[in-house]
Amino acid sequence: MPTVAPLDLEGHVVAARFLGDVPFFATAAGTIHRLDGGEKVTQAHEGLLTCIRDPHSPSLITGGEDGKVLRIGQDGAVTELAHAPRKWINVVAGGPQGAVAYAHGRSSFVRLSDGTTKEFAEERSVEGLAFAPKGLRIAAARYNGVSLHWVGTNAPPQDLDWKGAHTGVTFSPDGRFLVTMMQENALHGWKLDGKPGEARHMRMTGYPAKVKSLSWSVKGKWLASSGAPAAIVWPFASKDGPMGKAPLELGTRANIMVTQVAFHPAEEVLAIGFVDGMILGVRVADGKEALLRRPGKGAITGMGWSGNGKLLAFASDAGDCGVIDISA
Amino acid sequence: MTDTITAKPIPVTVLTGYLGSGKTTLLNRILSESHGKKYAVIVNEFGEIGIDNDLIVESDEEIYEMNNGCVCCTVRGDLIRVVEGLMRRPGRFDGIIVETTGLADPVPVAQTFFMDDDVRSKTELDAVVALVDAKHLPLRLKDSREAEDQIAFADVVVINKTDLVTQEELAQIEDVVRAINPSARIYKTSRSGVDLAKVLDQGAFNLERALENDPHFLEHGHEDHVCGPDCGHDHYHHHDHDHDHHHGHGHDRHHHAPSAIHDVTVKSISLRGGEMNPERFFPWIQKVTQTEGPNILRLKGIIAFKDDAERYVVQGVHMIVEGDHQRPWKDGEKRESRLVFIGRDLDVEKIEKSFLACQATQTTAA
Repeated sequence: MPTVAPLDLEGHVVAARFLGDVPFFATAAGTIHRLDGGEKVTQAHEGLLTCIRDPHSPSLITGGEDGKVLRIGQDGAVTELAHAPRKWINVVAGGPQGAVAYAHGRSSFVRLSDGTTKEFAEERSVEGLAFAPKGLRIAAARYNGVSLHWVGTNAPPQDLDWKGAHTGVTFSPDGRFLVTMMQENALHGWKLDGKPGEARHMRMTGYPAKVKSLSWSVKGKWLASSGAPAAIVWPFASKDGPMGKAPLELGTRANIMVTQVAFHPAEEVLAIGFVDGMILGVRVADGKEALLRRPGKGAITGMGWSGNGKLLAFASDAGDCGVIDISA
Repeated sequence: MTDTITAKPIPVTVLTGYLGSGKTTLLNRILSESHGKKYAVIVNEFGEIGIDNDLIVESDEEIYEMNNGCVCCTVRGDLIRVVEGLMRRPGRFDGIIVETTGLADPVPVAQTFFMDDDVRSKTELDAVVALVDAKHLPLRLKDSREAEDQIAFADVVVINKTDLVTQEELAQIEDVVRAINPSARIYKTSRSGVDLAKVLDQGAFNLERALENDPHFLEHGHEDHVCGPDCGHDHYHHHDHDHDHHHGHGHDRHHHAPSAIHDVTVKSISLRGGEMNPERFFPWIQKVTQTEGPNILRLKGIIAFKDDAERYVVQGVHMIVEGDHQRPWKDGEKRESRLVFIGRDLDVEKIEKSFLACQATQTTAA
């Protein structure tokens, strides 16, 4: 039976992520809490809006109401990467070789490790950013599609068009697919390696609520999503991705919405966080469920696995966070 | 779905008005006067707001059309993000004010608070307030449709800068505002000196309150409807200001007042009927809003259903319509149904005829 070590924080907690064996929790008020031989607190932002784990380094990247983009190290050290006074930084992404992307208004920015920054003007406000898994390439989600920019060139972007507002974006781990979250309770996908003339669009619809959380399985065979009273898991193993296929529904509960999903780093096991604070662990192969945490005070807002996959940190919008040990 | 939000929804006031109409002055008053409340303000540009307040958020107006085939289903995408961020720390403020740019269409702003589930669950649209520059309104109305839309869509119209016009000019301005929007509350002032209690916390979209705090709802032309210089800031007193307010057409079923300064393209239809048959009324209002939605800016009404002890109130924006029971009919209160549409290119006769056909007493023609 998994054991839960609770951590009660004040107010809305935006994210829970591991750096090495140390769990980090980022509050909307702007503090970063880490459990490293006791609770340690770093004041990072005057209002924190987003916090991700840099996939290329053991650090967090955060953006805030204070217009700052920060990198938080394993020891809690804060490095300011960018500062745009009076702008809200809602969206950040971590790229190879220390590159960091962020956006405000109708521009995306990529800051390279040497401190130089490139700006990419967009026609509409940037709502989501993602680095491609290979090459220094950035995708910016916006109204009516996605713009793909090669960071090293000044060539015009490749535009992937699809009508509607795209609010988030992710590449599949192999870089063959690009998927966006949309304002209207749907995902949209593009097959990036298609031959000319081949159908490239994937419409993934049928959600009762907006999708706010996506997670790829370890080798990119599956893409899990929130936005329904079950985790909706799309098959991406074949060359055409989920086209013409139905998704799996894992951890189905009557009328209790899934708010967060996080695939295990090594196994095809999905952690599913719900609006009532419950967390389930579900094996994709047979749909077998394990209760990881009973319902709590607030909706699950973030989850992150430790590198060895034995610990799962979680955050909630009411501040009742914690770490689940599934090896116990 | 379990609802983890137990807190009262945060009220949102939308402030519209052309450049120079006095929005910034009004905002500065809201932010600086001591009224015991704190407001988060979402602006397009910081501009001349000279107040250092960490709850002023700059946001690019992003109008998103929803992918549902309905051209009037638009929302402000940027507001969804900002409101979501603000509401993660709700203890910081008592209300949100959205200031739009001069040329902005207020509809997407308002619809954001109905169409986005996350925004809707945490906030409540309080009122749309339009500021009008008395001196320049005639010109604005001539060269743009937006100025007319802003007035037509408003719950509260503040006619500002009254000290820059003559009494005759002001009377004309009032007439034209009233012609565009017979159901708005109108205040006249100079230097944005309107009483803040008339602007904030109006509950204009709250079905329980909307029509309750306006006893003369729909009775346009009534003297109480145009509220004069109640704050005493006006430079002259004209307690006889109602003499030219067309009592004569107060009960017209439709209303398209001629105006000396502007050819009004927005039209309002005021409907009056007896007790309604819900089995006829609900399909009817659904159909009207579905087919006429793009032309309807606002609709509001109080409906008396046959054999129903409670008043039923409805309101809508374009194709979005909602309704609920409000309170029991009082003894001696006339049980009648009243409904007002404000919009363009509305087929008055058709709407009126089909409305009256929903009456419970109406017998179907053989």
